[in-house]
Amino acid sequence: MLLLANRISLGTFHVIKSFLPWIKSNGNSCNYVLIGACLVLFSSCSAPSNVEKAVDEQILHFGLGSEPQYLDPHLANSVSAHNVIIALIEGLVSEDPKTLKPVPGVAEKWDISEDGLVYTFHLRKNAKWSNGDPVTSHDFVYSYRRILNPELASQYASMLHGLKNARKYHEQGLSWEDAKVGAIALDNHTLQLTLENPTPYFLELLNHYSWFPAHPSTIEKFGAFGKQGTAWTRPGNYVGNGAFILSDHKVNSVIEVKKNPLYWDAQTVTLEGIRFYPIESADTEERAFRSGFLHLTQTVSPDRIDFLKANNPDLIHFESYLGTYFYRFNVEEPPFDDVRVRLAFNLATDRQAIVEKVTKGGQLPARCFTPPGTGGFSPESRFRFDPQKAKALIKEYLDEKGLKSLPKIELKYNTSEGHKKVAEALQGMWKSHLGAEIQLLNMEWKVFLSTIAKRDFALARAGWIGDYVDANTFLHMWRTGDGHNNTGWSDARYDELLELAAQESDTQKRFSYFEECEKLIAENAPILPIYFYVHVTLRSPTVKGWYPTLLDHHPYKYVRLESIAGNN
Amino acid sequence: MSIESAKAQNLISESPEGSSLWRDAWIRLRANRLATFSLFFFIFISILTIIGPEIISISYESQDLDNTFTPPGSSHLFGTDNLGRDLFARVLHGGRISLAVGFLATAVSLVIGVAYGMTSGYLGGKPDALMMRIVDILYSLPFTIFVILLMVLFGRNFVLLFIAIGAVEWLTMARITRGQTLGLKQAEFIEAARALGYSHSRILFRHILPNLIGPVIVYATLTVPAVMLLEAVLSFLGLGVQAPMSSWGSLIKEGSEKMDIAPWLIFFPGLFFSLTLLALNFLGDGLRDALDPKSAKD
Amino acid sequence: MVKFILVRILQAIPTLFVIATLTFFMTRLAPGGPFDSEKNIPDEIKEKLEAHFGLDKPLHEQFILYIGNLLQGDLGPSFKYMGWEVSELIAKAFPVSAQLGMLSLFTALLIGLPAGIIAALRKNSAYDYFLMISAMFGICLPTFVLGPLLILIFSSWLGWLHPLGWYTFSDMILPSLTLGLFYGAYIARLTRAGMLETLNQDYIRTARAKGASPLRVVLRHALKGGLLPVVTFLGPAFAGLISGSFIIESIFFIPGLGRFFVTAAFNRDYTMVLGTVLFYACLIIILNLVVDIIQASLDPKSREK
Repeated sequence: MLLLANRISLGTFHVIKSFLPWIKSNGNSCNYVLIGACLVLFSSCSAPSNVEKAVDEQILHFGLGSEPQYLDPHLANSVSAHNVIIALIEGLVSEDPKTLKPVPGVAEKWDISEDGLVYTFHLRKNAKWSNGDPVTSHDFVYSYRRILNPELASQYASMLHGLKNARKYHEQGLSWEDAKVGAIALDNHTLQLTLENPTPYFLELLNHYSWFPAHPSTIEKFGAFGKQGTAWTRPGNYVGNGAFILSDHKVNSVIEVKKNPLYWDAQTVTLEGIRFYPIESADTEERAFRSGFLHLTQTVSPDRIDFLKANNPDLIHFESYLGTYFYRFNVEEPPFDDVRVRLAFNLATDRQAIVEKVTKGGQLPARCFTPPGTGGFSPESRFRFDPQKAKALIKEYLDEKGLKSLPKIELKYNTSEGHKKVAEALQGMWKSHLGAEIQLLNMEWKVFLSTIAKRDFALARAGWIGDYVDANTFLHMWRTGDGHNNTGWSDARYDELLELAAQESDTQKRFSYFEECEKLIAENAPILPIYFYVHVTLRSPTVKGWYPTLLDHHPYKYVRLESIAGNN
Repeated sequence: MSIESAKAQNLISESPEGSSLWRDAWIRLRANRLATFSLFFFIFISILTIIGPEIISISYESQDLDNTFTPPGSSHLFGTDNLGRDLFARVLHGGRISLAVGFLATAVSLVIGVAYGMTSGYLGGKPDALMMRIVDILYSLPFTIFVILLMVLFGRNFVLLFIAIGAVEWLTMARITRGQTLGLKQAEFIEAARALGYSHSRILFRHILPNLIGPVIVYATLTVPAVMLLEAVLSFLGLGVQAPMSSWGSLIKEGSEKMDIAPWLIFFPGLFFSLTLLALNFLGDGLRDALDPKSAKD
Repeated sequence: MVKFILVRILQAIPTLFVIATLTFFMTRLAPGGPFDSEKNIPDEIKEKLEAHFGLDKPLHEQFILYIGNLLQGDLGPSFKYMGWEVSELIAKAFPVSAQLGMLSLFTALLIGLPAGIIAALRKNSAYDYFLMISAMFGICLPTFVLGPLLILIFSSWLGWLHPLGWYTFSDMILPSLTLGLFYGAYIARLTRAGMLETLNQDYIRTARAKGASPLRVVLRHALKGGLLPVVTFLGPAFAGLISGSFIIESIFFIPGLGRFFVTAAFNRDYTMVLGTVLFYACLIIILNLVVDIIQASLDPKSREK
């Protein structure tokens, strides 16, 4: 009905427009004002929404969620950056839109050595940068050298530590030549990468933006080889090899990309452009979606899920997301220095109730740490809900320590409605099952991060999204001294298991090592897993070629916008 | 004593108590029906929020995850929120917090402002000029900005909230007080007091301060609603009171996000908030009219 | 007059210095820094980053460096929006906030002045009560309630306007209306109060007695007096509009300076915070000056100060 009204108004608008020259010659200024007012009113009534226009324009309007800090692939550190960068740059491999399996990207084929340590990539001859330069293997070597350059201080450089001798160059100060890093350009279109260990998920790893190439002469032109914060990422300067080029960037307002005619696979690309809107407020985003301003939202406010499920079931989507939502214990601070208390808290957590009544997004309760099915690995369910046992453990602890009740415990989390809800629910559960007094303390993001890094907490909220589809991305966190551990937990056998898995190429053997890791986590409980993420999002039915994937990666070249038959 | 002088004595003693400013003001205030009604309404709300949470049986923080977003009804007078908490209890509790913030922050600004302004006005001359210069400088601070900065950087301390807001509002109080003090300083009764050798502090506290109370009260009554609004703004940014506590501001913020699915969540806190603010504003206006004989009547 | 302006400008310099110092040390002494991240960066890398931006030097040295740069007009690079200078971000964002501010003020005056005048002229009538009660509600309703409400009505239900953005002219209507209603309420009350006070003056009675038409009386004589409190209010109102606009900017997704400031504070984008605060302070000082000048021309008595 709205569309009909729009069409009528549009028609009227055009009629009036055609009268304009006549009016100009005959009217006085009063008429101008009147016409002007009518035009304004009509144009605002009649303006078709972005989604309606998009079928003709083939422009995708994407809710980005936040303004990315970097658009530089070697410095990027966020989901919002990823969503923009994959439009602009393509790596050696690309992803199948449904399964995320590696498919040819810049490399049209590759060979893997018997021992799984040497990968030889054959680059396609027609791959071009957006300024016309051909993409060569030297560009990739340059890029790896750049991100591993200690001067650049890239946050994700460690993703490339899988390359042979990369650490020598990155951390031990040797020069690239002396370190003999395992990335060599055999000729302009042949790239040979040598790894430290056989890594079955290496090709998937290549889809992370840290492995993406950057255009060397652009980097050099802006002096960005070892320097952050240069202007090379601005529209007009940005040179990429992806399906789109950066055409406009208004900070906090919109990032616009347009189709790249020089992209080697340009004929597959249907979209003419994408507009990314960094809307931070979930409510504003939803309003935008409902009025047809956006095709996709980044998130959905948890309180509105029930309503949307009931009223707009075709618009709201629940997609499994490779991530775990959990709490960290500080295992060096009482009362959590005692494993019984940590186990008791785990046993007193009714995960099913949380996902059913609090988060309501169809999340799965987490009964282990690695999400089941990660790269084929499904750990056993070990974390259960058993309030009786929990009470018994606490009683045992209190009796031994000669205490009447547990000391007051502070639960820290970063400010967000969703985290608050979960925290409040757990606060209630632990009070009723364990008699524990939990104090909630929310802090804003930066303060929270530094609190975690300093281990200045007893109990803190955490979340981890996998960077690639293999259990290693989750389990490596609990290695002794890992930068992501932050619990103080350390276990020699756990570290040993991870080492063994890294050098093992037989999948079943690897999984058995991982299983034992999970067992150790369940027995020692340095953490409290709560649920596995589900990505809840609103999506217009006009968006086609968009499939749910575990990493929430959606290659844009397969996306197209089609009108749905019989819409109003 | 002669009869005449006795009669005269009687007349004098029978005459109405020298009508003080307060008496007159009170009479005028009573005459202003809107202001009087506001006063009683405000007292009623205050009592409700102070005592209410104690006497009703439902707690403001107990969750009922099976009954979220229920409309107002028999079991929940105002309905429930997203975690199944009773809205009526939360509105009452929220009132406590909002009014507490309002009053305490105003009190802070009052104490600082009056002390500063009185001192500045009384001292006069160079010290006065300097002190007022400082006030002028501080007036140039983008205040909301600073409050936000303070709250973001130093955490959500309840006490910090009062201090931050109070520190923002004292300037106008200081200016008003100083203006009044300057005027009063010239008055004859002050000169008389000086002549009698009263100490400065005695003069300040016994003579000047009581005469300041009028405008100060008026301004205070109008500051409380401004503070409550500022607290609501901070809640919007997530910088107000922390869960599970709530203030009217945070309740309104939560409610505004769910206006289309659970309108009672914004209606009731909004109603209480607006009515209280209205009452305070009307009361302030009424007090101003009552205490200032020159202001427009008829 | 010129002397007056010069004195004020001279006063402004120590003011800005104090503000800069205060903000600088407040942001630095607070916990959390711009390069804290969930993907825990090894310490050596974080140190390199901080060194690159000069954040590793002792605080007082950094401060002196900052002031030095400031005097040359260099506000530094933003830490959150990598690759952009603070000055250019402010230069892009401020016009948006200013547009919003001016449109809102215009709307507020359009709504408030007539309302206040009518209420004053028809004091104690039904008009008066209706207008004043509406004004009261306008004051007591926070903008973050009014905004979404207007969006609900005009965008979700009627579909006339976009619910967010600042891309076309029609996008500017709802945000300005929201702020305009809020400030218009204040203006209505102030105008009414000011007019009532003036209308009671003897010189008005004289004009009336002389036979001047009521309209002429209003426009010529009373309005000036009625406008005075409004003008006094305008300075802080405009400053408040601009510095408090982040609520509206957040609800309506407007790329104004308010949103930049709040994001900068939350992200410990030190340079951006300092830049915005100083910018606002300058703005307020200038606005106060302008208001004082207007006030002086409207009310000769205040000139004596």
